[in-house]
Amino acid sequence: MTWEEMLPLLWPATVETAQMVGWSTLFTVLFGLPIGVALVVLDRGGLRPAPALRAVLGFVVNIGRSLPFIVLMIAIIPFTRLVVGTTIGTAAFVVPLTVGAVPFFARLVETALREVGTDVVQAAQAMGASRATVVRKVLLPEALPGLVAGLTVTVVALIGYSAMAGTLGGGGLGDLAVRYGYQRFETLLMIVTVVLLIVIVQLLQSLGDWVARRLSHK
Amino acid sequence: MIQASGLRKQYGDVVALDGVDLDVREGEIFGVLGQSGAGKSTLLRCVNLLERPDAGTVTVAGQNLTALREAELNQARRRIGMIHQHFALLSSRTVAGNVAFPLEIMGVPRAERERRVGELLELVGLEGRGGHRPYQLSGGQKQRVGIARALAGNPAVLLSDEATSALDPATTQQILALLKRLNAELGLTILLITHEMNVVKSVCDSVAIMTGGRVEESGTIADLVRTPGSRLTREIFPLPEPAPAGSVTLTFAGQAGRPVVSEVVRKFDVDLSILGGSIEELAGDSVGRLRVALEGADAGAALAYLRASGLIVEEAA
Repeated sequence: MTWEEMLPLLWPATVETAQMVGWSTLFTVLFGLPIGVALVVLDRGGLRPAPALRAVLGFVVNIGRSLPFIVLMIAIIPFTRLVVGTTIGTAAFVVPLTVGAVPFFARLVETALREVGTDVVQAAQAMGASRATVVRKVLLPEALPGLVAGLTVTVVALIGYSAMAGTLGGGGLGDLAVRYGYQRFETLLMIVTVVLLIVIVQLLQSLGDWVARRLSHK
Repeated sequence: MIQASGLRKQYGDVVALDGVDLDVREGEIFGVLGQSGAGKSTLLRCVNLLERPDAGTVTVAGQNLTALREAELNQARRRIGMIHQHFALLSSRTVAGNVAFPLEIMGVPRAERERRVGELLELVGLEGRGGHRPYQLSGGQKQRVGIARALAGNPAVLLSDEATSALDPATTQQILALLKRLNAELGLTILLITHEMNVVKSVCDSVAIMTGGRVEESGTIADLVRTPGSRLTREIFPLPEPAPAGSVTLTFAGQAGRPVVSEVVRKFDVDLSILGGSIEELAGDSVGRLRVALEGADAGAALAYLRASGLIVEEAA
């Protein structure tokens, strides 16, 4: 294959991957952040302890975490159809990607929030801050560098998941690698795809590290 | 200003507070002294209900905090400042942002907040540092930020949780001097807990000594040093215990300038040798404790004279 033949394949595939990862990242933060906050707030010694509810939530999150993504993707096909109306195409795979990444990100949020010292939380409470204020003005801002680091890890994981989604009809770089690299023995295209993925991941990780460092004032 | 009565708090099998009463008068600096594990930290945290006592009541500025619901308690806490051993500053905010934080909680408008932050930073000697980050400051400066933040809501009461324990001796004295100044200038009532006698000696008007979750003794320092056998006196003026047989321990308080010891030697037929002792400035008063051996026919009369002169005379068995 020549570059002229490869480029028209690579560009749309990259865009599809970016779309899948981009949308699912957005929804992952939307759902994962509150769940992560809830895991911390409801815990014993948290701002509003509710151990039973916390246990249920933790259990559900662990179910999500224990399924390999390729299994999860297939298992929730009915749910995907319910939400998007179809189970193929890039848009359809935003659903399993989000469902797969939310528990992962929620645990990373939980870890980042636990790094915030109890002393600053109690100092805020001693000032008369409500629980919502403590979450909004203490926990989240203080944990921001850790949250950004967790988000970076999640995005990289989502790129990995999106490649698997590609094999089931989601398109993107994973789909390209399977169809051309695996089924048609286009070794050069395979190598280019691999290099492209490596470059994307490296760039994202560096960006995430840089932002996290800028936000940290320790 | 702060009254606590019958406070009990238990963690599992550990009794942290075993029936503690406290009475802090308006405008005084009250120290709670004790070893770690004595329950003083729990006591302080019960005063603004960061810990809810299992039993007992806490009243601050006439308001019974233990009876309040959460929203009311949050309101009441805004009038109780608190400073912390490890400063508890938000690293996500600048110095000015930290001082502004309680004002944000109170819903003070931005312009008013900025003006107040300027005043507060000046009050604690940090003018021009508003844009710094906490990590750029020394420990003493961080605690000044903590103090400015605690004073933002014009509190009637300041709670200090081992505020100088993480500081070196010179910085400790500076922070204590600042607290003393705020106490005098603003009429601020301060309740502090510490394990350092030095803190009590330097700034406190009253003290409670805690051991094993109980208050062993409490009162004004002036009264306690005049109380024979008080724990405070023994701790401030460490002399070998038990006192050697035949020795006499004299405590002077308020006789500064009167040469009682030489009077006794001149008036009575006694020899007096000094075994140990020291003098301290306490709550604006010069207080001393002296262990002596008195020998001679008139020793009994000499001791009576010392007692009559207002000294506390403790004879070893």
